[in-house]
Amino acid sequence: MTIPLLEVDRLTMRFGGLTAVDGLSFAVGHGMIHGLIGPNGAGKTTTFNLISGFYRPSSGEIRLRGEKLSGLRMHEVARRGVVRTFQHSTLFAELSVLENALIGTHIRFRPNIFAAIAGWDAEDRRGARARAEEALDFFGLLTLADVRAGDLAHGHQRALGMAVALAADPDVILLDEPFTGMNPEETGRMMTLMRKLRDSGVTILLVEHDMQAIMGLCDRITCMSFGKLLAEGDPGEIRGNPAVIEAYLGGSRDVA
Amino acid sequence: MRSGLALLAWIGVGVALIALPHGLSFSQQEILVFLTINVLLVASYRMLTLTGEWSLGHVVIMGVGAYASALYSKHFGVFVPAAMLLGAMTAALIAMGLSYPLFRMKGFYFLIGSFAAGEIIRLLWKRFREPFGGVKGITGIPPVPDVNLGIWDFVFFDPISYYYFVLAVVSFCLWLMWRIERSPVGLTFHAVHWQDKLAEAAGVNARAYRTLAFVIASGFAGLAGALQAHYIGAVNPTSFDIEQMVFVLTWAIVGGTATFYGPILGCIVLTVLNEIVLRGLGFEQTRPLIYGLLLILSVLFLPKGLESLVGRVLPRRATSRTRAIIGAEEKA
Repeated sequence: MTIPLLEVDRLTMRFGGLTAVDGLSFAVGHGMIHGLIGPNGAGKTTTFNLISGFYRPSSGEIRLRGEKLSGLRMHEVARRGVVRTFQHSTLFAELSVLENALIGTHIRFRPNIFAAIAGWDAEDRRGARARAEEALDFFGLLTLADVRAGDLAHGHQRALGMAVALAADPDVILLDEPFTGMNPEETGRMMTLMRKLRDSGVTILLVEHDMQAIMGLCDRITCMSFGKLLAEGDPGEIRGNPAVIEAYLGGSRDVA
Repeated sequence: MRSGLALLAWIGVGVALIALPHGLSFSQQEILVFLTINVLLVASYRMLTLTGEWSLGHVVIMGVGAYASALYSKHFGVFVPAAMLLGAMTAALIAMGLSYPLFRMKGFYFLIGSFAAGEIIRLLWKRFREPFGGVKGITGIPPVPDVNLGIWDFVFFDPISYYYFVLAVVSFCLWLMWRIERSPVGLTFHAVHWQDKLAEAAGVNARAYRTLAFVIASGFAGLAGALQAHYIGAVNPTSFDIEQMVFVLTWAIVGGTATFYGPILGCIVLTVLNEIVLRGLGFEQTRPLIYGLLLILSVLFLPKGLESLVGRVLPRRATSRTRAIIGAEEKA
């Protein structure tokens, strides 16, 4: 049996007396857009924070290609190839769009202070710039390279968040509610970008509320409820799953 | 064309700085020496604030450099310029040690923590007469040995000679700090300041970068302390107390910390105002009062600091930092 790219194995997270994630297991295959859904308070964001290294799990493991990720700090998780974005428009608002993307290249072009003073890092600076521009171009932001990130339109800010992650050359991108606050047109454009990202070989794991976007976009969906795994399958299976419908609507009514 | 003009401007500034002490009185020359040292201190303070943390222990770290350099040269007979460098390194090392407990805190907690750490160091100086000399501190610190370079006979007891020495050292240090800030390392400092979580998600070890900024800033502050110690010939715990720290803070706040030159401008303008203008006008007793009033006025009417005035006069070069970081200016 092949090892899945990202594995979550009996993951548990307790905050005092509250068990936010309770023995959750699922796997993300290579080259997939994998959705993590569930009603409010299901533990999606906690799971997300556990995978990215923001929290340490109470028990259980997260593995990338069979190697343990859980317990590492966030920058170490990122260096192993799992890069996250944040809810809302978390960016370096005071820096330019290009500078934001340049921070994304940190892993591949690690700055060295002595080389920087002496000026021996010209090649690295050019390489980092090329990589940053490539990532911006991917999301159609290259023409805005000199704009202050805080001055961008909302849709562009979300795209820039993903460009920063892409500049790091990740194997897996974790997207935290990428469609929040977007109008249908922006959502459609964002979905096109995500498919393009997947086709370029990046695996995507996303947490989302917007059911329409999730169903139209994901190759596979994991549904959580009260910290536990409720169902897993392709969008069709999830849509028809009675347990999922009940968790969302609180009864066994049909979803229109 | 543009770089040619810039070169001419720099040469002009250099000539002016070299000619400057000859037009001043002896006491003003002494003030000039201290001012130059303080420029290094406040510029190093800005390096620390780049990662978003404001410390109240910076002047004590300067004192660590001063004490260390004084002890190395006086007790172990180390050649004075070498002792200065060792003093700077000692300050950097102490800062590295302090960073482990201090960087578990952020914001106000870090501010208070750094103040407490500084006070502990100051109390150690006061408590241990050996080797720190207790409350009286260390006296009879050897001066920089005189040299004759042919063009100028450097007698470092004389403020003009010492000013030239300090000017050269401080200029070099400012150049180093400038290079660091305009590099990918400097960009990472800014990133850690604005969004440390996002920076970590991009693989930046935020704590390591905070420590790096703190250690570099402390090294330069330590060097400033050593430069001061060997000029005055004495160090004591009182010269590195919170009052001095408040001066550094006000220079940085009045000047503004958004640009490299902001705090330096603040330091120069406030020192000239306080030591030369107010003294010259004969406000001997009421000087602190007027100084305080000026501070309040500047914070009220120039909340973005003196640097915002410069920004209004000079044409904006919004992307010059980016161009420096990606190495585009190397070609020019």
